[in-house]
Amino acid sequence: MSKYESVAYYPGCALEGSGHAYNRSTQALGKALGLKLEEVKNWNCCGAMEVKNIDPKLQTYLSSRVMAIAAHDMGHKTVMAPCNGCYHNLKKAEYDLAHDAGSRDVVERLSSKAGHATYEAGTVETIHALDWIKSAIGEEGLAARVKHSLQGLKVANYYGCMYTRPRHIFPEKDQGAGSESTAKPHFMDDLLAAAGAENVEFPLKTACCGGAHTLSDSDTSTKLVLNIIQAAEAAGAEVIATECPTCHSGLEMHQVRAEKNFGVKTAVKILYFTQLLGLALGLSPRQVGVHENVSDSMALVKEKILR
Amino acid sequence: MTTLAELGAAVEAPDLDAAAMLALGEAVLEAWHAAHERTPTAEQREGFRLLALHRQGAKTEPSFNACRETCRELAWHYNLLTLEPDHAEREQRLAMMRFALRHLFLFVSGKLEQAGLGDFCCASRPLRLSAKEQAESA
Repeated sequence: MSKYESVAYYPGCALEGSGHAYNRSTQALGKALGLKLEEVKNWNCCGAMEVKNIDPKLQTYLSSRVMAIAAHDMGHKTVMAPCNGCYHNLKKAEYDLAHDAGSRDVVERLSSKAGHATYEAGTVETIHALDWIKSAIGEEGLAARVKHSLQGLKVANYYGCMYTRPRHIFPEKDQGAGSESTAKPHFMDDLLAAAGAENVEFPLKTACCGGAHTLSDSDTSTKLVLNIIQAAEAAGAEVIATECPTCHSGLEMHQVRAEKNFGVKTAVKILYFTQLLGLALGLSPRQVGVHENVSDSMALVKEKILR
Repeated sequence: MTTLAELGAAVEAPDLDAAAMLALGEAVLEAWHAAHERTPTAEQREGFRLLALHRQGAKTEPSFNACRETCRELAWHYNLLTLEPDHAEREQRLAMMRFALRHLFLFVSGKLEQAGLGDFCCASRPLRLSAKEQAESA
């Protein structure tokens, strides 16, 4: 039995809002694969960018509280966070608690004040949804369960920035064969290939989408996203697969904005990797939330996956 | 001194070869350093001045790592194109190198106008160090 067959699930705020399709498809995928997700009780914000930019130690505390609940109240050893921002922040909190006495002091003080057990570094392991599927099911296990092969579907895998950066908070990556690479991540490529997809050579897998500036400097974000989308199309992709709700929303919204403001129309579709895997396993488009995306992919899904 | 507008126009020029795109990538990073009143390094890293220039930028500004892999993709495509000049996918490789170059320009020029670009993802070091510590570690 894989240690990831039962994990604490930390959806985070984006998956309750703009990224709801990711939430829906992640849970549906877990159920279809026989994996147990137990949502972290009374979870709070991970600190995201707003808290982190003002008081980084408070962000460390907020993330530590999520891990403390998973470990001490629910008895889990693993927290799975599909959102790159949450995943990144929990990993950062873990790193800071292991290396910075000041962070430990703040977490201990605030935890005591809030009346819950203090989280100590190393008590739980934080993983991404990609780690979860890759380790608990693996490529062979996934391939054996495929009902609607993604064969013939050309995919550009876009990982975004926070899945691999900064490298020092991801000590399990870059550990040779079988581990994830921070320079050229491949877990999403591996899983989608196992479901039959044809991954295209795509040079902007981890390139900045300008996500943090999507409101304050929309034109910069639109230009960055448009370049990513056009690169994917030039690489032959019909779909950009995503694994981050911020990236996903940015790609979808700026694709629309690029057409409206710059007159540049692009055709590539944007789907979460969990949606693609769910469809490959025989789940319906509705079960994986295709209807919740901004990018209307139904025609492509019918033609290339449900055929 | 090359302006951002001039660099942007140069990046979009037709028929750029691998060497020209690599040189433009260096020029983009030189513009970043010049804007911060630093002398761009003449050193190389892993055989590329481009990578040394990036490292020089990231040393004082961790969020600059948001373009690290873009720089590495430029170097990778330069190698592909110069080591296999007659490869069947030469045109595709040139096209992909151009997208990487354009992304580097967009990121750096965007960051010159909005200093916080990339801070969301890559700025862990300043979050743990005081301004004084940051200056000392630079």
